[in-house]
Amino acid sequence: MSDSPIVARAQRFLSVLRHCQVLGISVHSADAQGLILRLPYSPQIVGNPETGVIHGGAITTLMDTTCGISTVCVLPEFEICPTLDLRIDYMRPAEPNKDVFGFAECYRVTENIIFTRGYAYQDNPDEPIAHVVGAFMRMGKPADLQRTAKGAGQ
Amino acid sequence: MSTLNLNQLVREAHEQNNYDSLISLIPYAKLLGIECLRLGDDMVFRLPANQDNIGNPTLPALHGGVIAGFMEHSAMLHLLMFMGIPHLPKIIDFSIDYLRAGHYRDTFVQCQVWRQGRRVANVAITAWQTNQTEPIATARAHFKVDEP
Repeated sequence: MSDSPIVARAQRFLSVLRHCQVLGISVHSADAQGLILRLPYSPQIVGNPETGVIHGGAITTLMDTTCGISTVCVLPEFEICPTLDLRIDYMRPAEPNKDVFGFAECYRVTENIIFTRGYAYQDNPDEPIAHVVGAFMRMGKPADLQRTAKGAGQ
Repeated sequence: MSTLNLNQLVREAHEQNNYDSLISLIPYAKLLGIECLRLGDDMVFRLPANQDNIGNPTLPALHGGVIAGFMEHSAMLHLLMFMGIPHLPKIIDFSIDYLRAGHYRDTFVQCQVWRQGRRVANVAITAWQTNQTEPIATARAHFKVDEP
């Protein structure tokens, strides 16, 4: 039960991301070890009309979001962490009509940068459809940011 | 959909300078609202500002995944339009660097094919908003282009 604050923070984070609401992304699980988000299958995110396979862009959005929100698993307080870079390697095509799950963890946290990695899967986490690594910039807490912005006089 | 003739669709789109049919073929491209602009021999892709594509509500800014998805799909369309590939290229890997915040406004993308082999193509992709010399993101991707 000690993990539930992390779940709550992940859900709050996700709930303000409009595009993620459009895709129907939800928190599957979250604890100190990492985060799993779920992307439901839907006809609107199909990338190949002949096969019904989900577009890589929707997978990228899922994994960018999963890696970004996985920062709440390791940070004591909410911080704004924009993506510096993200790389996705596709292991196999996703199967149509099945949800996609995205797992991500922060494997190194420094003063300025958070290094994340993860994978996307459908039925079996041991057979991922994609592997991901991403680096995120720590911008500090929102209050710090406001103070900095005011101090800098824009 | 198995009778889909991509070559014919591409030819007609070029002839009529209207790429709507190619865009509407792919549901995900319609969801984002991707458009094609033909400028002489160049092709520029446009993503009009759309509330549904916002990720950061405070700035507001586009979701990084939307920018990436737009760039990936632009690269795929670029290969279809200029490389004479009769089927949809399949993504192998995709790597993106975010250089500036993608604000809530129109975004543009241009692609450069650095190498097209028999089986694999390498594409560099640049996205910008106000000025092409100040990209908001650069990306590169490999696509499998041989028969599925």
